[in-house]
Amino acid sequence: MNALTFTLTKKLQFSLNCALLNPSHLANKTPSDIASMLLNYGNSQCRVDEIFEITGSDTQNIHFKNTNNKLEYLGANMASGSMTIDGDAGAYLAYNLKNGEIHCKGNTEAYAACNMVSGLLTIAGNTGDFLGGASAGLRKGMRGGTVIVKGNAGDRVGDQMRRGLILIEGKAGDYCASRMIAGTIGVLGGVGEYACFNMKRGTLLLTKLPNLHATIQDCGSHTLPFLNLMFKSFAQFKTKFSSIQTQRVQRFVGDAACNGNGEILLILPAQ
Amino acid sequence: MMLINGVQIDETFAEAFNMRGTRVIITAQNLKWAYHAANAMTGFATSVIGCGVEAGIERELNIEETPDGRPGLSILMFAMGSKVLMQQLETRMGQCILTCPTAAAFAGIESEDRINLGKNLRFFGDGYQTSKLFSNANGMSKRYWRIPVMDGEFLCEETTGMVRAIGGGNFLILATSQPAALAAAEAAIEAMKQIPNVIMPFPGGVVRSGSKVGSKYKTMFASTNDAFCPTLKGATNTELSPEIESVMEIVIDGLNFEDIAEAMRVGIQAICDLGEASGVKRISAGNYGGKLGPHHFKLHEIMGKSST
Repeated sequence: MNALTFTLTKKLQFSLNCALLNPSHLANKTPSDIASMLLNYGNSQCRVDEIFEITGSDTQNIHFKNTNNKLEYLGANMASGSMTIDGDAGAYLAYNLKNGEIHCKGNTEAYAACNMVSGLLTIAGNTGDFLGGASAGLRKGMRGGTVIVKGNAGDRVGDQMRRGLILIEGKAGDYCASRMIAGTIGVLGGVGEYACFNMKRGTLLLTKLPNLHATIQDCGSHTLPFLNLMFKSFAQFKTKFSSIQTQRVQRFVGDAACNGNGEILLILPAQ
Repeated sequence: MMLINGVQIDETFAEAFNMRGTRVIITAQNLKWAYHAANAMTGFATSVIGCGVEAGIERELNIEETPDGRPGLSILMFAMGSKVLMQQLETRMGQCILTCPTAAAFAGIESEDRINLGKNLRFFGDGYQTSKLFSNANGMSKRYWRIPVMDGEFLCEETTGMVRAIGGGNFLILATSQPAALAAAEAAIEAMKQIPNVIMPFPGGVVRSGSKVGSKYKTMFASTNDAFCPTLKGATNTELSPEIESVMEIVIDGLNFEDIAEAMRVGIQAICDLGEASGVKRISAGNYGGKLGPHHFKLHEIMGKSST
């Protein structure tokens, strides 16, 4: 079976909610069923075949082509299968992703991996604010799974993140790991101001020391054997993090302003 | 009658019973400190009769075999029930591994039944402990605890597996002198250490005080195996011929029947290879008439292929 492919044919003026076009929801549906599904487009609705050319039939392997940042909620609530996006994606990519894999070959807007529960999201380009964060009104962000970003990320990466792993090969913006509850974020390219603001627990792994605010405390340099286990677990994702060999880190703890016990681990050269 | 290189193998069997077992991997900065930790953890763990568990070092692990890439040792621990095993493991982890400089502990066996390694030990961290959940390429996740201690961090996996196991495999070495029996026992232990999934929990792997069930004293539920005590040959219903002056026993616990049988085979063969001139006259085994346990290790079947 060929991958079920949605090729965008219409120039979108408004955002299109693509939450229904995921393997879990499309399983056991015929091509005509899929073509006639209604998607929210702006303040109206339109049929899938009015917007996409549909080819292929494997609902567990979905491709989106000719995409842009108007396509929102791609892979939302997905619980199985795989999705490949050959271009940019809009906001809320992999929203509440429960399982399966989503690979975006372009850039994404804000709230990627928002409320994510499990599975894998890879973003080849850049992503917007609130990567792995919580959607409005919720007090827990990403709760599991893995996010790999090859480019840069916006502000508030991992805001209120509860569990899981985010690896960013590029830079991250301000307030990285803000209000983080647990989990691990790694950033190779540096982060902006106010990293770990109101952080409760969790780990922010860095290679460059940012300007830290006063309530992040320096705990000195240490050799931590658990890093060997952590880097081994990173190896499966084939990122630049795999090249880190040292277990030597400078440890900062905070945010003391909220009695937090989170940590920044700054990678140091091996002794 | 079975004779191997002049050593008689009795037509009897070792009687073994069901146990619950687990394996823990101990690593440290170097093998010296891994041994300090492992020796402490497996100390006073010779017999469930008085120690609660039977434990021993299974083998050394090189850096490719350990989770954190440091030198390590694998420990096997056995108990009569899961509750005792859990209790003993937690106690020994807390007093022997947590306390040992640079030591870390990891699960050494996978099973659906899990028992705590660091799950409760983490509270020693007084709120500063940190957990990390790492997944492997198969999607399996494992939780580890990082507990701040004065030498840095104590790293410990949350749980390890618990499996059904067998305890009480054994054989007896009957020799014309105490030095001869001990030399034969040492040769056997060296050979048996090469077999995976088994331990010989007694000091040096050898026990001199084999026991029988019951006693003339009401408070004792095990007492000296008088039938095999050479100094009682004239006073009891002895199993020993006049030339036997010393008997030593090797007890084997293991994760399965086959590996215990193989350990017995290589151990007895190593003794027989020493020959009759070494002073060893007979190999026998301890059993209780089949009333104690369901696993019977028949010496003639185990040594069948080696007989001459």
